[in-house]
Amino acid sequence: MTSKRVSSPALRRRQVLGGAGAFVLAAILPAGRSRGAGMLVEDATASFAPNAYIRIGSDNIVTMILPNIEMGQGIYTSSVMLMAEELAIDPQSVRMEAAPPGGGAEITGGSTSSMTEWMPLRQAGAAARTMLQQAAAARWSCAPGNCVAQDGYILGPAGQRLSYGELAADAANLPVPKDVTLKTPAQFRLIGRPMHRLDSQVKVDGQATFGIDVQVPGQKIGAVAACPVIGGHVGHVDTQAALKIRGVVTVLQIDDAVCVVADHYWAARKGLAALDVQWVEGANATVDTQTIYRQLEGGLSGPAIVADHHGDPQQAMNHAHGRYSATYRQPLLAHATMEPINCTIHVRPDGCDIWTGTQVAERARDTTAEVTGLPKDRIKLHSQYIGGGFGRRLEHEYVTQAARFGRQVSYPLKIIWSREEDITRDRFRPAYLDHLEAGLDERGYITGLTHRIVGPAVVARWEPSGLSANGYDDDLSVGTVITPYTYPAYRLEFARREPPGVITAWWRGVGGTRGLFVVEGFIDELAQRAGVDPVAYRREMVRSNPRALAVLDRVARESGWGTPLPPNCGRGVALQFAFGSYLATVVEVEMAAAHDVRIRRVTCAVDCGQVINPDQITAQIEGGLIFGFSAALYNEITLEKGRVQQDNFHTWRVMRMNEAPKRIDVHLIESRESPGGIGETGTAAAAPALANAMAAVQKRRYRFLPLLSPLNQPSGHEKEQQG
Amino acid sequence: MLTLQVNGKSVEVDVDPDTPLLWVLRDVLGMTGTKYGCGIAECGVCTVHVDGRPVRSCSLPVGLIGPQKAITTIEGLQADPIATAVRKAWLDIDVVQCGYCQPGQIMAAIALLKKIPNPTDEQIEAGMSGNLCRCGTYMRIRAAIRNVAAAQGVTP
Repeated sequence: MTSKRVSSPALRRRQVLGGAGAFVLAAILPAGRSRGAGMLVEDATASFAPNAYIRIGSDNIVTMILPNIEMGQGIYTSSVMLMAEELAIDPQSVRMEAAPPGGGAEITGGSTSSMTEWMPLRQAGAAARTMLQQAAAARWSCAPGNCVAQDGYILGPAGQRLSYGELAADAANLPVPKDVTLKTPAQFRLIGRPMHRLDSQVKVDGQATFGIDVQVPGQKIGAVAACPVIGGHVGHVDTQAALKIRGVVTVLQIDDAVCVVADHYWAARKGLAALDVQWVEGANATVDTQTIYRQLEGGLSGPAIVADHHGDPQQAMNHAHGRYSATYRQPLLAHATMEPINCTIHVRPDGCDIWTGTQVAERARDTTAEVTGLPKDRIKLHSQYIGGGFGRRLEHEYVTQAARFGRQVSYPLKIIWSREEDITRDRFRPAYLDHLEAGLDERGYITGLTHRIVGPAVVARWEPSGLSANGYDDDLSVGTVITPYTYPAYRLEFARREPPGVITAWWRGVGGTRGLFVVEGFIDELAQRAGVDPVAYRREMVRSNPRALAVLDRVARESGWGTPLPPNCGRGVALQFAFGSYLATVVEVEMAAAHDVRIRRVTCAVDCGQVINPDQITAQIEGGLIFGFSAALYNEITLEKGRVQQDNFHTWRVMRMNEAPKRIDVHLIESRESPGGIGETGTAAAAPALANAMAAVQKRRYRFLPLLSPLNQPSGHEKEQQG
Repeated sequence: MLTLQVNGKSVEVDVDPDTPLLWVLRDVLGMTGTKYGCGIAECGVCTVHVDGRPVRSCSLPVGLIGPQKAITTIEGLQADPIATAVRKAWLDIDVVQCGYCQPGQIMAAIALLKKIPNPTDEQIEAGMSGNLCRCGTYMRIRAAIRNVAAAQGVTP
């Protein structure tokens, strides 16, 4: 890899996994579930547990404990493949469990899972296999090297054959080898070949247990409403009418929210509707969307942190043949995962159980310890399948909230946020302004580039230790500093502005989604200004970067770049290096009118290093693109008097099947580089490739998101300065 | 007490008649395969069949159903040939990602294919566009439905 900086979630993941090792066996109810139905760690005492990831019982059941949580990205399947490859076992025969907090499952996010798991999981599989071979060799009095592992058995030189289960007790007494030999890529039987997802069957049968599906005996259901303005609190509450609703049990309060508890969710919802709550809204009740944009505009001039620089871009601009500048704007975005936010909790005097879907299991456990005053080791978190993460479940405030309500009652309490609560009380991808200015040579190529980002530092709240000493958030470097391009002179500035009235958070593609829309749009504008084809212009800029060139050339060829199109159609390209993967994307659109966008076709060329499960790379790119197109075309969270104005799918539009691309082709480029991340790359590519395609049709630039915003109408935002 | 026919069984539930079918299935009968997504019939994750037709259970009060209508959920249809073919098609091309919307997608697809064994792309979109998927599995859903039609021997 080149000078990739690791975004903060990635950094934390790496630190955690680097130190992983201690095996925590959690005994968690309920036992006896069908394989893969939930992700509840079962009460199992394995005779052989060589490391945090693998247990083999004398009953020949192999259980793999998976450090990253499954939220659709296919990580359970690829994690099992990595271990099964070295352990020489059929992945279909493996039982899967989510690691408990402290068992390696701290944070799943930042497209880091395949990167961080690539070595440790193969090593875990190889260590177990080596010990089983040694155990067999001792039984048969032969050299371990003569014992072959194959499909769950060790085969001896004289035709002996013992299952892993039969050897488990012996293997458990052996020391864990310090060094193990891993297969070479030529020996791979699983890695790099398509494998069906291991979590599909339970999901198509409706048997998979998501957090919202958890049923604990004796549980009650709570409908929650928090103060609609951030920072406000509960004023007077009249519970009389709510308590009269049939099925309502009680009304709970915390400082900023109320919860109506009932026998079932509908009764709780009716109770909440009947509840008379007066909110004390506080200072943020004056915040509108324009308050936030005005604050950002103030950051376009004045002091800023210099986040990255080389050469003297000002000097380059002063001597340039031409100059060009542009300002881009991006809105607040909600996550709107299909599974609304929920958490089930049972707080008792001597302990606590939590059932929920979370990307941050350890944080969820720790916050519950703080709220309840219970020691951490008395709190058990049962990770469930996640009905969509996209960064939303990197937040754990809903677990904190559940604990604050749950400690007031003796029974298990499941809180469910309505869709309205889920959207209006989301923690949003921030709004940003970006201003770029380039000095250009006589052919129109960059001699110096300055780029100022105005917006918040998400990491400052989410993980304060991740903020650089100078106040910079490294995540903003993805797609800006970290690109396939090199500039003769460059400066990146960051004017930090923390918006009032909202809490900002991670969102699918994090810095990459944010940065690529701006940089790939700007590069496209420069190509247009230079009168050079956008692919040819980028080609010239990456001529010394073979991996970038390869994806760009491949996508140009596969997409039919440059071939004639019907009327009102156009193509746009985006090139990226983010999350350790190279991606080039071409979007082909048809626009019968300025507001009528049909995505005819998308072509992607991907070099994400060593591929583990190729079809799941394709699936992640397809889905990531559609997630990104949805936001790019339609989505913007707005505020009025401190209240979020979008609250359900009729006002928060999600791309539907009839609006989705007719065709997406993903081309994988064979590579032996270490695996790069993939879950967020498609989302990051979507907005710039689509905006550039729309610009090609409409002959004007799209510098504002969402793309269908009236701000993108031809009112002459484009400006060119001759220097 | 209200009487309902759910997956071929008669059940009695003691809830207010304005309670949406969804919450009766999930919180009273403990059948959680049918999901909650929006509560306003915008997303389709709560899709079930009532007398074979796809219905958004989040917006259907149980008091309006009556004891005669056949309610079918994702937990039913285990032996139904179209349902089996749909599930197989889903598994064959790995449609599923997070999976939360898929019970609703599958129920919508089964209803579509029972009505139109060999749908055109336009008919697939008309039948399926009420079902949202945040993971963006639409292309594979479309392909899987086409594959079911092809496997039934009806050529497009």
